[in-house]
Amino acid sequence: MSFYGLVDGTEASLKSYLGNLSGVDQVGAEARAAMLATRSIKTTSKRWAIDTAITMVDLTTLEGADTPGKVKALCTKAVRPDPTDATVPSVGAVCVYNDMVAVARAHLDLIGGQHVPVAAVSTAFPSGRASMPVKIQDTQDAIDAGAEEIDMVIDRGAFLAGRYIDVFNEIVQIRQVCADKAHLKVIFETGELVTYDNVRKASFLAMAAGADFIKTSTGKVAPAATPPVVLVMLEAVRDFYEMTQTRIGVKPAGGIRTTKDAIKQLVLVNETVGPDWLNPKLFRIGASALLNDLLMQRMKMDEGYYTSPHYVTMD
Amino acid sequence: MTFEYAPAPESRAIVTIKPKYGHFIGGKFVAGSKHFPTINPATEEVLSQIALAGKADVDAAVKAARKAYTTTWSKMSGKERGKYLYRIARIMQERAREFAVLETLDNGKPIRESRATDIPLAAAHFFYHAGWADKLEYAGLGTSPKPLGVAGQIIPWNFPLLMLAWKVAPALAAGNTVVLKPAESTPLTALLFAEVCQQAELPAGVVNIVTGDGSTGALIVNHLGIDKIAFTGSTEVGKIIARAVAPTNKSVTLELGGKAANIVFDDAPIDETVEGIVNGIFFNQGHVCCAGSRLLLQENVAEEVLHKLKNRMDKIRVGDPMDKNTDVGAINSKEQLAKIVELAAVGDAEGAERWSPACTLPSKGFWFAPTIFTGVTQAHRIAREEIFGPVLSVLTFRTPQEAIEKANNTPFGLSAGIWSEKGSRTLWASQQLRAGVIWANTFNKFDPTSPFGGYKESGWGREGGRHGLAVYLKGVSHE
Repeated sequence: MSFYGLVDGTEASLKSYLGNLSGVDQVGAEARAAMLATRSIKTTSKRWAIDTAITMVDLTTLEGADTPGKVKALCTKAVRPDPTDATVPSVGAVCVYNDMVAVARAHLDLIGGQHVPVAAVSTAFPSGRASMPVKIQDTQDAIDAGAEEIDMVIDRGAFLAGRYIDVFNEIVQIRQVCADKAHLKVIFETGELVTYDNVRKASFLAMAAGADFIKTSTGKVAPAATPPVVLVMLEAVRDFYEMTQTRIGVKPAGGIRTTKDAIKQLVLVNETVGPDWLNPKLFRIGASALLNDLLMQRMKMDEGYYTSPHYVTMD
Repeated sequence: MTFEYAPAPESRAIVTIKPKYGHFIGGKFVAGSKHFPTINPATEEVLSQIALAGKADVDAAVKAARKAYTTTWSKMSGKERGKYLYRIARIMQERAREFAVLETLDNGKPIRESRATDIPLAAAHFFYHAGWADKLEYAGLGTSPKPLGVAGQIIPWNFPLLMLAWKVAPALAAGNTVVLKPAESTPLTALLFAEVCQQAELPAGVVNIVTGDGSTGALIVNHLGIDKIAFTGSTEVGKIIARAVAPTNKSVTLELGGKAANIVFDDAPIDETVEGIVNGIFFNQGHVCCAGSRLLLQENVAEEVLHKLKNRMDKIRVGDPMDKNTDVGAINSKEQLAKIVELAAVGDAEGAERWSPACTLPSKGFWFAPTIFTGVTQAHRIAREEIFGPVLSVLTFRTPQEAIEKANNTPFGLSAGIWSEKGSRTLWASQQLRAGVIWANTFNKFDPTSPFGGYKESGWGREGGRHGLAVYLKGVSHE
């Protein structure tokens, strides 16, 4: 593997690559994110943002209590978020645990949702605490069952202990398992990496190792996809594009529940990496409750008033 | 389709602008004789007719201020004065939106800034100084500090209400009364402030506001009934004032021009540094005396920083100041625009390389695109003279010592910025820089508790904090 010519796979080259990154000033990054949160998105631009956000949602259920029934209901919602309005687009993907991939794929195909990919969380999600063979098997299982997107977690313990090369090699190996069959999203669990310097470092590490997407969080740890964390990742993606001419996607996940939250994320994308990233190929939002709020805001824009929550389906 | 932000204009319905204003003297609005228009610089719309104060008006204002000083304000306990200041601060907060809209209409600055910076900070200055009013004995400024008397205050057009607050709040807290003249082109928020004084039932004559131009300012500066002059504005006018008051008993504070160095070392956090550069020079259209108008880049990162800066400048939204998404608004006046255009042309003529992002400027009003000049040296006029507009001069340096020498090689010394992730370097540089305010990994941050003022030709005395209180008290040294 060439790693874009940025590293040669040795620990020394990885250290030098990561060591050349400039730091992130916490106060400044948070101030910039807060400033962009003041953008006022109204009327036609709001309508466009809502529909775009719907196409970016990775509609997610990651519970111990997930059943085939629950997953099928989620798939139905993913294909037709609003059964009464055919102009509402399908979501970006359905995101489930490994063992639910086959159920999801089969049901999506059954109801005309061939265009909606299934994403599987992988590598001993959410903690990442398992041996490499287990992580590889976990990923292989999901791909065999029809997953077209793999959301792997990094080994935060190794990262925080400074064993960057181990984190790098894990991503490289999972990348090999995914090959050309599945897109690879690499989850950092930014709530456990804590500092923006770590987020920036993890971003560059994962991109060089072969990630198609970098993703903030599992949704199991708070804080998750805060605007400054996403800003730092978008800046990394922008810089990586200038270095390699390769566009890496970004997926904030966790804590994005309202239309306002989602629009703030789109503004961050628009003013950091630019409009090229404003599509589901390069930006996704991992969420469950968000979709219904987007639908309610969409209805409000059409009807001029807020409808009862009962007008949107609960799944 | 791409993500175009639809217009999001702030409503101007909240403000009522009278067709004509008089002066505020002795607690009442009194009619003026001559008038001149104040306009919205973004549209050139005439907003109102403003009275031009002559000798009689200034005399009346000084007389009212003297009467209020001797009969009421200097006799009142600090606790009671504090109550009035708290009341003013609260009313300013309650009417914040009204102030913000009016400030943006009259000044041309983006509503985002007047709403988030100017008005809240102005109220904060009143809150802060209200707290001092009954604690002057404990400020470390003598056991029984006494006010000076009547203060004549002349303020600029770049932060109209905020500069009023910087002047009026400490003066009143210390027990002085004031005659204030807002800038010719931005009198409206000061006149709204006069209404706030009435609403707060401030004793008549404690605050007097006369409007006018430089001739009115000269009448205040030379008035024998005034004990103290406080001026914020250009170094050129500051020198005239200093000469005028030299043979008198008046005490003076001057807050004048600047040509701040914003120094970027090679270990700076680059993305946040770029934000800081933008904020340093394009905040308030660069109409900021402490603006980071000289960017000093370490040569080994200069190319990267400039590349990122240009990309960032492409995203700056220039246009209707009333739109909530506008980042850079209108230049305050035709005269100021002409000055900026002239100095930028000098930059071209001296061989510096000019760059601006592609942006469509409105056809009416006064506008200047955010601009940077690269290839600038210490010998260029645009590296030495204050442009007071959205124009950044970019210089480079090789070693930290060279950065400091270049930064200090200016007649000014108001502010400076340091960008580095290395604490020891930041501390070292801040000790070497001859500037009154030094920001590290940030720029243009203001707080009422922090003294503000300059070295060399950037001014005399400090405003804000304990030091800012001292200049309104007798027998306390300025520095």
